[in-house]
Amino acid sequence: MSDLLRVATAGSVDDGKSTLIGRLLHDSKNVFADQFDAVEAASKRRGLDAADLALLTDGLRAEREQGITIDVAYRYFATPRRTFVLADTPGHVQYTRNMVTGASTADVAVVLVDARHGLVEQSHRHAAVAALLGVGHVVLAVNKMDLVDFSEEVYDRIVADFDVLALELGIRSVTAIPLSALHGDNVVEPSTNLGWYAGKTLLDHLETVPVPPRGGSVGARLPVQLVIRPRSAEHPDYRAYAGRVAAGTLRVGDEVVVLPSGRRSTVVGIDTHDGPLEEAGAGRSIAVRLADDVDVSRGDLLAAAPDAPEPVRQLTGRVCVVAERQVRAGDRFRLRAGTREVRAIVGAVADRLDVTTLRRTDADALELNDIGDVTLRLAEPIAVDSYAVSRGTGSFLLVDEATGATVAAGMVEHPAAV
Amino acid sequence: MTTISDLHLEHLTDARDAALTALEDESIHILREVVGSFERPVLLFSGGKDSIVMLRLAEKAFSPGRIPFPVMHVDTGHNFPEVIEFRDRRAAELGLDLVVASVQDAIDRGRITERPGQSRNPLQTVPLLDAITEHRFDAVLGGARRDEEKARAKERVFSIRDEFGQWDPRNQRPELWDLYNGRIAPGEHVRVFPLSNWTELDIWRYIARDGIEVPSIYYAHEREVFDRDGMVLAVTPFTPPRDGEQVRVETVRYRTVGDATCTGAVRSTARTVDEVIAETATSRLTERGATRADDRASEAAMEDRKREGYF
Repeated sequence: MSDLLRVATAGSVDDGKSTLIGRLLHDSKNVFADQFDAVEAASKRRGLDAADLALLTDGLRAEREQGITIDVAYRYFATPRRTFVLADTPGHVQYTRNMVTGASTADVAVVLVDARHGLVEQSHRHAAVAALLGVGHVVLAVNKMDLVDFSEEVYDRIVADFDVLALELGIRSVTAIPLSALHGDNVVEPSTNLGWYAGKTLLDHLETVPVPPRGGSVGARLPVQLVIRPRSAEHPDYRAYAGRVAAGTLRVGDEVVVLPSGRRSTVVGIDTHDGPLEEAGAGRSIAVRLADDVDVSRGDLLAAAPDAPEPVRQLTGRVCVVAERQVRAGDRFRLRAGTREVRAIVGAVADRLDVTTLRRTDADALELNDIGDVTLRLAEPIAVDSYAVSRGTGSFLLVDEATGATVAAGMVEHPAAV
Repeated sequence: MTTISDLHLEHLTDARDAALTALEDESIHILREVVGSFERPVLLFSGGKDSIVMLRLAEKAFSPGRIPFPVMHVDTGHNFPEVIEFRDRRAAELGLDLVVASVQDAIDRGRITERPGQSRNPLQTVPLLDAITEHRFDAVLGGARRDEEKARAKERVFSIRDEFGQWDPRNQRPELWDLYNGRIAPGEHVRVFPLSNWTELDIWRYIARDGIEVPSIYYAHEREVFDRDGMVLAVTPFTPPRDGEQVRVETVRYRTVGDATCTGAVRSTARTVDEVIAETATSRLTERGATRADDRASEAAMEDRKREGYF
């Protein structure tokens, strides 16, 4: 059980997103008095009547000057029941890369909709990014219910529209909540204005929604970070492979394959500084001892023998360009997957995906914020899973060899496609 | 007899414990990535609570081996003796090399000029960058947390610094999943923040859970203090009271430990770790707001210092 929930929100000030986050933090008593005073003072200097809660999250000078969220802002809050990491991202199309970044680690995405306007282009985009990045659960927060007289019909219509969209996008788990962030209805406290609504408040829901398992639906996967070999008087022969379980659950006694070499061995011990474990689930940082003296080093993947992936020299990936440069056929990158880095050449750019309509168009090049499918040829074999079954071993980065910049974030579609 | 409320408490304790373990696993992963991808890492160790927790996590990350990098303190010379004693003792216990980058030395050598009446905190940048160059450190592990300050909330876990040590907040690498890109050009280095996702309360709960020792000034004690700039400052050789500043004895503790001239104490009776947790959980002020004069200068004080190469 992990009681750390990672939540991604996307949207602009107009949706009332900042107000919602401010309300969530404020009503759950997670805003400090000096932070609030600073926001009030800054709001007054800018000639605003009330405290602009966006100033709580917009941390950079440029963001405050322009009154917009540019970068991902992380907020932390805790209730007695759960600890939350909130990745707050801007909602406009030119910040798709920030949305993708926030969604990449999220367990839950909150899609905020203005009850007066229903689903708009931006709501489509937020839901699509959540679906593309495999976020396990989506909360549809129908905000500004006070401005539609807390109408059940309006709410029902939006929920029905979203159900259609979710089905199209393949989002399996959705919970809709009517609320008013400005007045606090249904954010932390239940609202008498919404007497027809029998569900939970937003906070209550976030506190109790099951954390989707990190492990995906594959066997154990451990990207090896380094070899621990103390060679000390106390531990002359100790040798273990340190890493964080990226998928599945690893158990003592499991047969594992070292990839890409393909050698096999058996797990004889799972160590942590606080004592040995019998098993370790996804997310745990461990050191693994094997029965045989096999060659293992950083960049290798230990995978459960029954469903170990075949190493590939070619793959199809859906990429989102996150830097100011193009991705075209023939471009060379370093591909980073797990702890392994290999050289890669873009074979072809297949298409570009319109993140709002989900329509595909032919494309020769992808630019900043574009999402599309590419084929990649690799200088050395790597072992990956498809992103749909394992986020941890199905994700990769394309890195510019000259500048070191992260150019694209990728999700493996077909590990062995030709 | 087990009551319903006992069961409830037990569940809450389990939930907190699970959240701490998740943070610990993430930090250990980051520390191992640093050692796996860099030649010459160093860990900034001041003897403050965050760097103590980071050192504890490093102990765990490479166990049963030793921590495979030295530690460094950027020393303003305005220290609390309890903290320096703790720093030296802890480094010795773990068998670690301790590099001290001294602000006083840099002043003596004419690298920087001290402005009378001003804190030495911003002066740490030059000796820090000099030490990074001298020792050819390519990754510098810092204990900063995103919850501390709003510019820090925008900082990456792996944060690239150019040859001048500068941070460019508008040109940061997006950080996705748990793939940290530490590829740098010659002359550049990376600041790495394994505690990015921890809060002050997480730090104290972890100190309690693991029974970690911290310097005594974190717990309530009696001390000669006086008021200045809305802070409660201790009487030290570096902070003598000025005319009109009334010295009194109060029961205080420190929430942050830094340069003695700009780190204020808070009135507190919390003498144990559990009492500190209870106090932190109900505090109405952020730790930097309550205790750090240097962050009050402007809305962007921290962003400006960070751009120049500060921690």
